[in-house]
Amino acid sequence: MEAKIETRQLSFYYGKRQALTNVSLKVPSNQITAFIGPSGCGKSTFLRVLNRMNETIPGARLEGEVLLDGQNIYNPGVDVVEVRKKVGMVFQQPNPFPKSIFENVAFGPRVLGMSHSVSLNEVVERSLRAAALWDEVKDSLGKSGLALSGGQQQRLCIARALATGPEVLLMDEPCSALDPQSTLRIEELMDELKERYSIVIVTHNLQQAGRVSDWTGFLLLGELVEYGKTSELFSRPRDKRTEDYITGRFG
Amino acid sequence: MSRMSARSAQKAAMVCIWGAGAITVLTVLSIIGYVLVRGLPHIGWSFLTTLPKGGLSGEGGISSAIVCTFYLIAFTMVILVPLGIGAAVYLAEYAPNTMLTRLIRYGVETLAGVPSIVFGLFGFALFVTALHFGFSILAGALTLVCLLLPTLIRTSEEALRAVPRSHREAALALGATQWQTIWRVTLPAAIPGIVTGVILCMGRAVGETACLFVTMGGSAAMPTSLLSGGRTLSLALFNLAMDTNAIEKAMAVGVVLIITIVIINAITNWLSQRFRARMAGGA
Repeated sequence: MEAKIETRQLSFYYGKRQALTNVSLKVPSNQITAFIGPSGCGKSTFLRVLNRMNETIPGARLEGEVLLDGQNIYNPGVDVVEVRKKVGMVFQQPNPFPKSIFENVAFGPRVLGMSHSVSLNEVVERSLRAAALWDEVKDSLGKSGLALSGGQQQRLCIARALATGPEVLLMDEPCSALDPQSTLRIEELMDELKERYSIVIVTHNLQQAGRVSDWTGFLLLGELVEYGKTSELFSRPRDKRTEDYITGRFG
Repeated sequence: MSRMSARSAQKAAMVCIWGAGAITVLTVLSIIGYVLVRGLPHIGWSFLTTLPKGGLSGEGGISSAIVCTFYLIAFTMVILVPLGIGAAVYLAEYAPNTMLTRLIRYGVETLAGVPSIVFGLFGFALFVTALHFGFSILAGALTLVCLLLPTLIRTSEEALRAVPRSHREAALALGATQWQTIWRVTLPAAIPGIVTGVILCMGRAVGETACLFVTMGGSAAMPTSLLSGGRTLSLALFNLAMDTNAIEKAMAVGVVLIITIVIINAITNWLSQRFRARMAGGA
């Protein structure tokens, strides 16, 4: 298995509270890796460690290593902008900027220094196509991103994340605010996207993890209880706690 | 409580609320109406374009007061707006939550409640006397900046804090630096709230009298530079009402002041709406 991301003895603290304890695992490239677990188990924290988003929280502290293509993204010399360019993120609530559809997608390329309008147009079109939104919005790129439906907004956020040309896509419960129809579209989209991107998704929804992911990790109280192929983890869990969780005995 | 008494309580509450609303509207309308009725007939082209001649009868117009007010407000805003917004950005986005920043915030809140004449006294001591600016538009404007900074900082900081955290996170996750996030996302989203603060400050600057009397002197001459003294419209009104018999002219100045405020509000609102439409992509 070719590891896109690898964590070694990863622990994370919010002040004195420990949110992750010694998490070591490999996230394969061009596959979908899901993390499941009850609320507060540390799965969102784990996701936000992978693009250094947790740095913005005062008092946060990290131990261990997070390797992206074999390089520790927490090394002192590493530019956080470079990390986030390679590791895109989609959030739980669709959060388009109060700008036009075009400007939403163009935001990333613009802050990274792209200003040439022809290539910007290309990037916006390519990203919207990749996010399966182009056909719905191609005639209204000047409209506000907030005028779209919830599901469209989330695909706009995916297009926005793809526009910086990432290699990894982190998705933090991307469907929890969406109706079943929109959820299905996002799941189909993820399946298309994994050809070109490595996807890490955190989800509350066990069925979703079972449907879309190739690998699944189960987190409990900040510890990685079990990690393996999704088909195996759901059919033959090795740990009693995993079995209790996926059969609905708690969580 | 029985059904009937709940219903009569509801009725009584409605009557009180309607009454409060009606009294407020009536009060405002009758003040504006009174000033308009008494002042409007005395406003003419010559009143607006001739210099005041002084004397007990209040001869002449208010041209110098109009020019002086314009200079004062413009110069005040040029210093106040960047300083106030800058401080608000620092407090809302950068400042760590330490003893020092809590102290700054407490100081800002306290200053916002200090009577303006105290600022006037401070301005007189520092700008007029110690720095030798004399009675001047410069001294008046700097005093106004001190007076209005706390208000602008507070309203702007609140507007910035009201921008959802998810916007900032989205920008950071796309590789934006903290400054790019502030400049391209947070500030644009906070503009309507900040504009409200700016309008509030302009209104107060137009209406301020006491603290300007002790820093600008109140000369009736046409200002020629920032170091000229002068009287603003409010000062001219005060002068006409207290030192002359021309109460009708004071009313006329009141009308000009009211119209000025209405115009300032309209322009700033229009600007902020246009800006918002452009940011939102005209949806």
